[in-house]
Amino acid sequence: MSTRLASGGRLIDRHTTRTFTFNGKRLSGHDGDTLASALLANGQTLMGRSFKYHRPRGVVASGAEEPNALMGIGEGGRFEPNQRATTTEIFDGLTAKTQNHWPSLDFDVGAVNAMVPRLLPAGFYYKTFMFPRPFWKHVFEPVIRKSAGLGAAPKDRDADRYEHFYAHVDLLVAGGGIAGLQAALRAGQAGLRVLLVEQTAHWGGRAPVDGVEIGGKPAEEWINDTLQTLEGMENVRLRTRSMASGVYDHGYALVYERLTDHAPEMGGPRHRLWRVRAGQIITATGAIERPLSFAGNDIPGVMLASALRDYVVNWGISPGDRTVIVTNNDDAYRTALVLHEAGLAVPAIVDARPSATGDLPQAAREAGIRVLTGTGIAEVKGRKSVTGVVLCAQAGEGAATDEIACEAVAMSGGWSPVVHLWSHCGGKLIWDAERSHFRPDAARAPTGHDGKPFVITAGAASGAETAGDVLADAKTAAGAAADALGRSLPDADAAGTNDPHEEPMAPVWIMPQGAGPAKRMKMWLDYQNDVKVSDVRLAAQEGYESVEHTKRYTTLGMATDQGKLSNINGLGTLANALNAEIPAVGTTTFRPPYTPISMGAIAGEARDATFQPLRRTPIHDYHEDQGAYMEPVGHWRRPYTYPKTGESHAESVHREVLATRNSLGLLDASTLGKILVKGPDAGRFLDMLYTNMMSTLKPGKCRYGLMCNENGFLMDDGVVARLDEDTFLVHTTSGGAEHTHAHMEDWLQCEWWDWKVHTVNITEHFAQIAVVGPNARKLLEKMGGDMDLSAEALPFMGWAEGRIGGFDARVFRISFSGELSYEIAIPASQGRAFWDAALEAGGTWDITPYGTEALHIMRAEKGFIMIGDETDGTVIPQDLGLNWAISKKKEDYLGKRAQARSHMTDPTRWKLVGLETTDGSTLPDGAYCIAAGTNANNQRNVQGRVTSTYHSPTLGRGIAMGLVLNGPDRMGDIVEFNKVDGGTVAAKIVDPVFFDKDGEKQNV
Amino acid sequence: MFEVSALNGAVADGPTRVEEAGLQGMVTLKGDLGSAKMKAALKAVGQGMPDRRQIVEKGDRSVAWMARDEVLILCPHAEANAVVTELEAALAGEHFLAVNVSDARAMLRVTGPGAREALAKLAPVDLHPESFKAGEMRRTRLGQVPAAIWLSEADEISVIAFRSVAKYVFDILALSADDSGRVGYFG
Repeated sequence: MSTRLASGGRLIDRHTTRTFTFNGKRLSGHDGDTLASALLANGQTLMGRSFKYHRPRGVVASGAEEPNALMGIGEGGRFEPNQRATTTEIFDGLTAKTQNHWPSLDFDVGAVNAMVPRLLPAGFYYKTFMFPRPFWKHVFEPVIRKSAGLGAAPKDRDADRYEHFYAHVDLLVAGGGIAGLQAALRAGQAGLRVLLVEQTAHWGGRAPVDGVEIGGKPAEEWINDTLQTLEGMENVRLRTRSMASGVYDHGYALVYERLTDHAPEMGGPRHRLWRVRAGQIITATGAIERPLSFAGNDIPGVMLASALRDYVVNWGISPGDRTVIVTNNDDAYRTALVLHEAGLAVPAIVDARPSATGDLPQAAREAGIRVLTGTGIAEVKGRKSVTGVVLCAQAGEGAATDEIACEAVAMSGGWSPVVHLWSHCGGKLIWDAERSHFRPDAARAPTGHDGKPFVITAGAASGAETAGDVLADAKTAAGAAADALGRSLPDADAAGTNDPHEEPMAPVWIMPQGAGPAKRMKMWLDYQNDVKVSDVRLAAQEGYESVEHTKRYTTLGMATDQGKLSNINGLGTLANALNAEIPAVGTTTFRPPYTPISMGAIAGEARDATFQPLRRTPIHDYHEDQGAYMEPVGHWRRPYTYPKTGESHAESVHREVLATRNSLGLLDASTLGKILVKGPDAGRFLDMLYTNMMSTLKPGKCRYGLMCNENGFLMDDGVVARLDEDTFLVHTTSGGAEHTHAHMEDWLQCEWWDWKVHTVNITEHFAQIAVVGPNARKLLEKMGGDMDLSAEALPFMGWAEGRIGGFDARVFRISFSGELSYEIAIPASQGRAFWDAALEAGGTWDITPYGTEALHIMRAEKGFIMIGDETDGTVIPQDLGLNWAISKKKEDYLGKRAQARSHMTDPTRWKLVGLETTDGSTLPDGAYCIAAGTNANNQRNVQGRVTSTYHSPTLGRGIAMGLVLNGPDRMGDIVEFNKVDGGTVAAKIVDPVFFDKDGEKQNV
Repeated sequence: MFEVSALNGAVADGPTRVEEAGLQGMVTLKGDLGSAKMKAALKAVGQGMPDRRQIVEKGDRSVAWMARDEVLILCPHAEANAVVTELEAALAGEHFLAVNVSDARAMLRVTGPGAREALAKLAPVDLHPESFKAGEMRRTRLGQVPAAIWLSEADEISVIAFRSVAKYVFDILALSADDSGRVGYFG
């Protein structure tokens, strides 16, 4: 059983006590503990269940690469699944729950899977998808759904806030071990603007654990000295708990900073996503130790040798009284020495190599530790924890040569440089046969816009193994970065180190070398996904020769750890099975993020009230105060209707329409797009933009126009007012201003760059308020001012400027309702005051504010089209019977040629008509007009569709517009439309203008 | 007084303070920025022609470079129409466009030790003191909307955004300026 040693632990503060709960049980640890170290200190080695077989699992690593010890951390709005215990710092009140077991961690029903692993071989999912098909749905899926899956999804709203931060630096250094510190120091001395980030809470990486001495002093001293120097540099910034998660094009990188995960009471944002632009990026991301593949290598108590060493040195943990070391390299001997120094027993070091003659094995022998070369582990004994190991000859098939009782096994299969950041943006790898690892190929670095490298690796991430090589490589990396940035570095020698001589490691992909199928089924490659040596071999046998295919077939290297421990061992196994060289097999693709980052960090400030910008008109507060029901129109929010107490929306819309038609309505039309177009070529420009002629418009007048894209389809419509000889004011649809403006600038800048036209989007400078109804003129006259608004002075489709009451006003006599109507543009700062003044003065006529639904109904009663209802990007003006608005005199306009194409002139294109149900009901929105017969998909044939449909309060019946085959030629015909309930409803084809066809009401 | 700015002078107080600056006159002028007449006209209404991506300030009048054919003139709100008239007179015969856009915009100020940081949480701009200095007019985005920012005082950044999204801009600035989120990056 693991426990806390009486002394030691360089990262913990034994004077502090922090209490937390683990599956509801109260436990304690110290400041500096991770959840994993605190659990080990409490003797809790069982930390989870595996994904597929629900095998008992303990912690195997000590950092970001941990595949097993995943937990649900926190509760309610702070619950987060799949958090690695190895990177979770404890604090008072932390709650942790293990995952993937039922009913309990200790007793798990699903573990029955483990007894019959033959049922779930590699490719299981694919095989059962294929045959027999009903089995998947009725047999396998229910079982798998119950047993598979890692953490549970959070149910509550996230209680925390998050943010982004943009930083622009010369150099980003990812990784705060001695390589990163060295590189940052050199770059800092060269005057570069440096950001150095470290994913853990501590600087220096593993050097202090590994007994490194730099410049004759313990590494820790060098680290502290270097930090002090760096902190004194104005041009260097240091961040702990900040992981460089991804490298992207053009020197862009993301850094994930965890601010309050270790201290939720601090307040402020929980995570900060740094969006870094760096001239150069140095990845000093270190290396990750590989497991060895022997039978039972997943039993709790089997750990990476380096991780076990970390627990002893950093956190004062005893992994158990007796630890057997199993290795293929010299580095693992450090763990034996550390354990020995801590007074713990190392019954044997099992070394797969034929001999071990380096300095470290020598030191181990001198310490009296038994070193067994040419030996492997045949099998680990134990179920929920290690009880012993059976040894065998590495060269054989696994016949037992010895059995040793122990509580822990420290394994080392060699080291793999962390190449993720290097690879994210295209950096290539090279297979280093001597060290049996892939390392970055400096000759094929990720390149930026100039074709030059922008990522440089440093230290163990480059493949360096000894501290001396690490520091020298980091120095070179800093020099290369400075060169690339056009700076020079002062010369300096790297500090000397005390590196022992290490003999080369021997590649060991399977232990023992001749292990048979029974053993291979118990050798775990990927702990998180329960992928074993036997699964990869099966995949190879079944023809999955590409590593990418094998990955997907077996799930090797998937899920939250993305194969940090398993990838290289998997490759080695696959290569063996294929009888191929590892470099020929290749690697899978490394993609960001390095480890999972929170969704909150990605969203940043974009949540709740600031999720999305809502556009507000100057009258917005009035609408909200009145309790208007708001609807989105682009990013605007517009009142749909203003229901009074007890009124349904249908009732209030009905009231608003009738009040406007009979007396006086008021509409906030501020969202209407307004674009100023000015210049000697403005008329010519608008003639090209609109289908009709705008250049002939007289100053003081307005004209309705249609705007098409170059494919002929209708994109916007609106009223153009000519302000003076050179200047037009273009009105666009609500929400259409931005893209119409962009459309104008596109043509002006890219095609007609020599035309003298300037455009400015002035939409928001004005509140636009429509005063509508038979009493509209009376209201404005009552409000006073200096304008003559009589029919003679300001006729329909005219505009004038002046003052209404005390307000600066531009008045357009245009109508979208068919009523006498004035649209009044007021500077936005005066908009609300004008609105209030109009409401007050309008009391005499029972003035009624109306919303977008009443607006829609009144325009439909008049047969006016609406962009987005009658059009959907496939409709041309000719479809809508708008030929009157298409100039025949003009040589060209945008869309003219497209509209002459055969499909556009096809007489069978559906055309706009009015529709009246024979029973007076309202047609369903989007209903299809039924035709005889069925199509190839056995669906009913159709001959048209509804584009707008409303109940008309004015006419007391349903009215609709729609596009119907040969519609305009079939006036009076009765056609059938489908209904949501499956039935149909009959409607008569009529003229789309339902009300006041002669325009008598608006022309007064 | 019936003229109101978008947020009526809203304030989020704290060591780093966000406030809506009230009504601000603004005139957009588009034309040939290289022409002598244009330079003379800008001299008459303000400090003269700014260099590319710069803003020149003189009393309550400033001129900011916005694009290769566009400048923005800042003036007291009540003077904006007069500035347009002045420009129209001075540029008669030229191809140009001058228009009062005061009410299309909202102006905000972020003041205090965390001003740069607050903006750096929202704008993909290098706000390092060595890079972002007084005199630069930076058109960028804040969160999801366009904006223009400049350093109006040592610890004060002025922000222009569209009026309709003034509340959104105020809210994200207030959130980003909150002292609990200090980054400590710019020193």
